[in-house]
Amino acid sequence: MKKKAAGALAAAAAAVLALSACSNASGGTSSEEAKGEINYWLWDANQLPAYKQCAEDFQKANPNITVKITQRGWDDYWSTLTNGFVAGTAPDVFTDHLSKYPEFIKNKQLLSIDDAVKKDNVDLNVYNKGLADLWVGEDGKRYGLPKDWDTIALFYNKKMAADAGITEEQMKNLTWNPQDGGTYEKTVAHLTVDKNGKRGDEAGFDKNNVAVYGLGLESAGSGQGQTQWSFLTATTGWTHTDKNPWGKHFNYDDPKFQDTIKWWAGLSEKGYMPKLETTVGASVADNFAAGKAAINSNGSWMIGQYTGYKGVEVGIAPTPTGPNGKRASMFNGLADSIWAGTKKPAAAAKWVEYLGSAACQDVVASKAVVFPAISTSSEKAAAAFKAKGVDVTAFTQHVDNGTTFLFPIADKAAKVDGIMKPAMDSVVSGKQPASSLTAANEQVNNLFK
Amino acid sequence: MTTTTARAVPVRKASRRGTGGTVSNGWRRNKGDFKIALLFIAPAMIGFIVFFLVPTIRGIYLSFTEYSILGDPEWIGAKNYEAIAKDPLFWNALWVTVQYVLINIGLQTVLALGLALLMQRVAKSTLIRGSLLLPYLMANVIAALLWFWLLDYQIGIVNHLIDAVGLPKVAFFGSEQWAIPTQALINTWRHMGYTALLIFAGLQAIPGHVYEVANLDGANPWQTFWRITMPLLRPVIVLVLVVTVIGSFQVFDTVAVTTQGGPVNASRVLQYYIYQRAFTESDFGYGSALAVILFVILALVAFIQMKFLRGNESDLD
Repeated sequence: MKKKAAGALAAAAAAVLALSACSNASGGTSSEEAKGEINYWLWDANQLPAYKQCAEDFQKANPNITVKITQRGWDDYWSTLTNGFVAGTAPDVFTDHLSKYPEFIKNKQLLSIDDAVKKDNVDLNVYNKGLADLWVGEDGKRYGLPKDWDTIALFYNKKMAADAGITEEQMKNLTWNPQDGGTYEKTVAHLTVDKNGKRGDEAGFDKNNVAVYGLGLESAGSGQGQTQWSFLTATTGWTHTDKNPWGKHFNYDDPKFQDTIKWWAGLSEKGYMPKLETTVGASVADNFAAGKAAINSNGSWMIGQYTGYKGVEVGIAPTPTGPNGKRASMFNGLADSIWAGTKKPAAAAKWVEYLGSAACQDVVASKAVVFPAISTSSEKAAAAFKAKGVDVTAFTQHVDNGTTFLFPIADKAAKVDGIMKPAMDSVVSGKQPASSLTAANEQVNNLFK
Repeated sequence: MTTTTARAVPVRKASRRGTGGTVSNGWRRNKGDFKIALLFIAPAMIGFIVFFLVPTIRGIYLSFTEYSILGDPEWIGAKNYEAIAKDPLFWNALWVTVQYVLINIGLQTVLALGLALLMQRVAKSTLIRGSLLLPYLMANVIAALLWFWLLDYQIGIVNHLIDAVGLPKVAFFGSEQWAIPTQALINTWRHMGYTALLIFAGLQAIPGHVYEVANLDGANPWQTFWRITMPLLRPVIVLVLVVTVIGSFQVFDTVAVTTQGGPVNASRVLQYYIYQRAFTESDFGYGSALAVILFVILALVAFIQMKFLRGNESDLD
């Protein structure tokens, strides 16, 4: 029987062994001719048609290069990519995320594109402000060209709002503060309806038998709260880290942050938001479509999904104005990066440059799925959304008014996540007080010592 | 009873001695066969060395290093083990895993035994016996996903029925109390038929005349079960327990496709914690150390079961 156990362990160990076959990939020289097959990976299936179109156009202009596109779901994407780095089978070019690339730089898996940018005179000012700089590493080198961006807004069920007597104007001018929740909480409460038809702000409301929640809940948001709470915490003047990018100290012990989370978790307690334990399973958007919630805070990449549900008329309102008198939204940007182990660095650089050019980003814009990084292409995307009957001002106004703040870029993101996810879950599920986040913060900051 | 056993013993002993004799004689006669034998053993041996022995040793080595797979492993002595001893998540994982094993194995073994008895006494049709195996033919991940949807809080049919009866809905995967029992029950459902089949095979190996004699002596079914079936089934039960307990300790896929360790840490079982440290957080040294600890635990559990339940000897002898 010991052999059985040994076998099981060995199977796990075999995976480690398979992964540990070292790849000593080194970047090639730029004098090499740009030709051959380029492997390109992305995770968003909604964007696949747009990039297939880009690849076709690119191949017409560069007959010596072919581009092979592979799409993988988000969950598989990163582990397959890491395995590819080790095994030497990673794609030449891939869609990169801000939470992941610091680790890739540290492990020397990315090729800097400074030389190509210089040689081909790539104009970095065409991109929306700040996006290009997100991809400059701590070492001062550039590791990607921006492809798209996203912000946060409130998707709401128009019929439910109308039934509750809430006008579009009111939805667009919500205010919030961590003490009483402002008109944001009042609206959420009013949109909540229990099984007897009593609203959340009426006497006799039964918080244990809610039919429609005013606000949907996706998850506790781990340490970033991108779509869940970061648009609130930022209006109190709180920031995730001491500086961004490349922060070395996290601020989850700040009362401004903890008060916001306390207020937010309190919505569950009051019956205006589902309990965290009920959110494991069907997605927050599907529950919205099923009429279980009236408002969802979510990202611009979800526009297609929310507006695509049949029989649900969806409005999009901007995030509420906070204590500092402004709105706020996390500003996240994706980019295309080149793997350090590519055999065709010149061709890869060409493809990255094309992906970062107006030619390709206009194609992406025309499909109305995301906002491309180039300012003029973003405007085209907004127009394409409008042509589909979707008003995306709630997302774009953050960029126009400069009310965005950058996605927190820091090293050890996976480990921070490993600590913050359970810690936030405990608070939002009501098992621990918000002050327990101080201990979690200490654990997080110890990672950087 | 006594006569039966006495009669049975010489027959078996004799046959065993006979077989043993042939083998040892043959061995002495054909020493030259050793090389050819080696040739036949080689394929299995190579597989064992390449896929089992080397990775195990390498895993043990890695457990003493700090290693992020993209760099080189760096020797840090027993630091990983020291850190594990102080790691509340490890102790939590161990406790959660033990809970899972107790519920899973306890229920599974009792139910499988019941099913096996039914298979022997009542359900003699191959169709019914075969259909008991159906859940086992389903991939683990599929079974987990199937139940994940059936038991969903908002749109699952089970909660729909519970609600219709007027009982409060249950967050099967979302609540800390339910997450582990739910997953233990899903895997009980999946493995019950297979375990029943193993026990059923054991039941069939019990000679019929033992029951005849018991019947003649006027034993009631209850006595027959506890005095004859259970003692004679013991080696099979021990085998089943050892195999299923080891499998149960290694629960991973169900957790990975449903709760992923949550809510909070309620379903962060050992294997999932190993995966999280090694593959998500790129801490392969720490992950390997956790895997070595799991290996030691499993070896101990198997040893204790074999030792105290005397799984390697049969009362039929």
